[in-house]
Amino acid sequence: MEVTTKSMPYEAWKDNEYIESLVKELQDSGANIVVGSLDKLINWGRSNSIWPLTFATSCCGIEFVSLGAARYDMARFGWEVARASPRQADFIMVAGTIVHRMAPVLRRLYDQLAEPKYVIACGACAVSGGPFKKSYHVVMGVDQIIPVDVYLPGCPPRPEAMIYAIMQLSRKIKVERFFGGVNRQEKQQEFLASHPIEGVND
Amino acid sequence: MAEIQETIARLFPEATFEEGDILTVGIDDAKWHALARTLRDDEALGFDYLITIVGMDWVEKMGCVYYLQNTRTQARIAVKVATADRENPMLHSVFDLWAIAGIYEREVYDFFGIIFIGNPDMRRLFLSIDWKGYPLRKDYDANPELNPASTDNERQSDFTDTYVEESDGKIVKKEERVFEPDDFVVNIGPQHPATHGVLRFRTAVDGETIKKIDVYMGYIHRGVEKICESLTYPQTLHFMDRLDYFSAHPYHHCLCMTIEKAAGIEISRRAQVIRVLMDELSRIASHCLFIGTFCMDLGATTMLFYTLRVREQILDIMEKTCGARMTFNYECIGGVMQDLAPDFVKDVKALLAVLPANLKEYDKIFTGNVITRNRMEGVGMLSHDDAISWSVTGPSGRASGWACDIRKTNPYSIYSELDFEEVVRHEGDSMARFKVRMDEIVQSAKIIEQLIDNIPDGEYCVKVPKVLKLPVGHWFQTVEGCRGTFGVYLESDGTTNPFRLKLVPPSLTAAAVVDHITRGKKIADLITIGGSLDYIVPDMDR
Repeated sequence: MEVTTKSMPYEAWKDNEYIESLVKELQDSGANIVVGSLDKLINWGRSNSIWPLTFATSCCGIEFVSLGAARYDMARFGWEVARASPRQADFIMVAGTIVHRMAPVLRRLYDQLAEPKYVIACGACAVSGGPFKKSYHVVMGVDQIIPVDVYLPGCPPRPEAMIYAIMQLSRKIKVERFFGGVNRQEKQQEFLASHPIEGVND
Repeated sequence: MAEIQETIARLFPEATFEEGDILTVGIDDAKWHALARTLRDDEALGFDYLITIVGMDWVEKMGCVYYLQNTRTQARIAVKVATADRENPMLHSVFDLWAIAGIYEREVYDFFGIIFIGNPDMRRLFLSIDWKGYPLRKDYDANPELNPASTDNERQSDFTDTYVEESDGKIVKKEERVFEPDDFVVNIGPQHPATHGVLRFRTAVDGETIKKIDVYMGYIHRGVEKICESLTYPQTLHFMDRLDYFSAHPYHHCLCMTIEKAAGIEISRRAQVIRVLMDELSRIASHCLFIGTFCMDLGATTMLFYTLRVREQILDIMEKTCGARMTFNYECIGGVMQDLAPDFVKDVKALLAVLPANLKEYDKIFTGNVITRNRMEGVGMLSHDDAISWSVTGPSGRASGWACDIRKTNPYSIYSELDFEEVVRHEGDSMARFKVRMDEIVQSAKIIEQLIDNIPDGEYCVKVPKVLKLPVGHWFQTVEGCRGTFGVYLESDGTTNPFRLKLVPPSLTAAAVVDHITRGKKIADLITIGGSLDYIVPDMDR
């Protein structure tokens, strides 16, 4: 099975081992023809209407604004419906540095996203701490707080790079099992079990 | 300068004086408050504008350097106050003289643990109440295990400490409430689309009327000042791009000028002109984005697309020369990093040609609109005296009638040779703050027009050693950033790293004044007022 995404003609863009491993997993486990076809239909819809959460802490957020404006126009891909409430969004683009004070807030925003949910670590700070590696107050990569689907390097990444990152996310969504897979909250519960929060009862 | 020194020496015989780029007065803490009052109220002195308070740890002593300016004569003075007590350092607050001192002193307390007697609100500003140690002290233990990143909710307190001096000289610690016990407190932010980043307002409301706002910062405090102390001078430059990312060029310019002043480096005329051109181009791009986001806050999303058109055009010009869209890292010690791109002059002229039509369009779409006028005119009044007392500089200060443009008051680089007007309005409301920025775009274009055909030949960067050692001393430099006065205080101990690098951001004061402006106003106006002050959160938090 080949994962196709509209307007991605370059061979290099398809070179993604992670997605190949997802495809292999899907092929190995197999699926009922009805469920499989429904999955494909739903994933087609999901992957073409990924709604971001309006979330920006610093420089990368401004590039995200540029991405939304007329020149880069993310509306072409169905991502322009930026939601101010995490309950209506599909993914967080962690655009900017996350510091100690912001960490619990980001974690809470992630917890409030409805399943299935995704995270893009956008920019050097969100990936690893970036230029603030020596700082006493910066979280060295958001993957210490929340699970990350796509890492996007750059300081800040160009809007084109952001398009690429969200397209990779869109490809990932296409090869997920929806029924019995991401529509269940198993993943989150697994994550919560390994990252217990004190004083919060679900 | 000599007269000022004489006056102070006459009134305070124990004061010591130090010559430098600015006259520096040394005084004991016991006399500091009296001296501060004299400096502000004396007719001949009249230092009514507190530029910044620089917290310092000189290892054997701890203290502060206060930078003051007279807004009529533009004279500047620095005052050093120190205490030898490291365990329990205390200084007297000047909160009653300059309103902005309240937040500046909280910042010093947060970084150095210096307690200010008489400040009504001695909480930490950027770090959590459970933070161990004071990070900018030289003996701070940076072990990450002491202060680990946590996903647990931060412990909050509704109480604040205040230290009061009683008549017998004893200092008593008192606990005060931030809000009244029966106040209804609403959180606005940190995740809110109209706070321009991660800023949190704890807002006490009575119905729809705001009673008090507690501005809660630190959601993007990255500790730039501390990191800089472990880097060489050229390595510190790139952080200037990441503070106020719209004024990357002016901020770079400021730090480069400070280091060049300290090292005695003369830069070429060509580099000066290129720097000023870049500063003014960023000012246009920054004001364009301000107009776009501000209008978007008020619900006019369309404007964002119009203003970003001009911004993208400027970013293209920058990209051709600097190689980046936002974090340029273009100015370097001794000049600029690369020469101008071959198309630079042509592209800038194309920009200047379309700019007037664009501005006309903005006016047509937005400025005259009846909804706009209802929401902005008379909303968020800031008087001239309050603007000075709260140190609200830049376009916001000039909208209140305070002529505070550093390019005119304390000219740097080649600004004194250029022909442009300082835009000052007297209404002091949100509309004035908006209009000042619109008019400043015209003035910036005027500056660029004068320079674009007269870029002199010559080298764009003079030869500077890769590892730079500065002499022992301290320097202070300000520039007009896109949002107001940006300052750099640099203290060197003769090594290759700065001993202390203090950045003075304009956004901190703009956010601090929100509480003062919004009291008694409607909660819907908070968005207008916050938007019109145009603070950048990474800039205030650093």
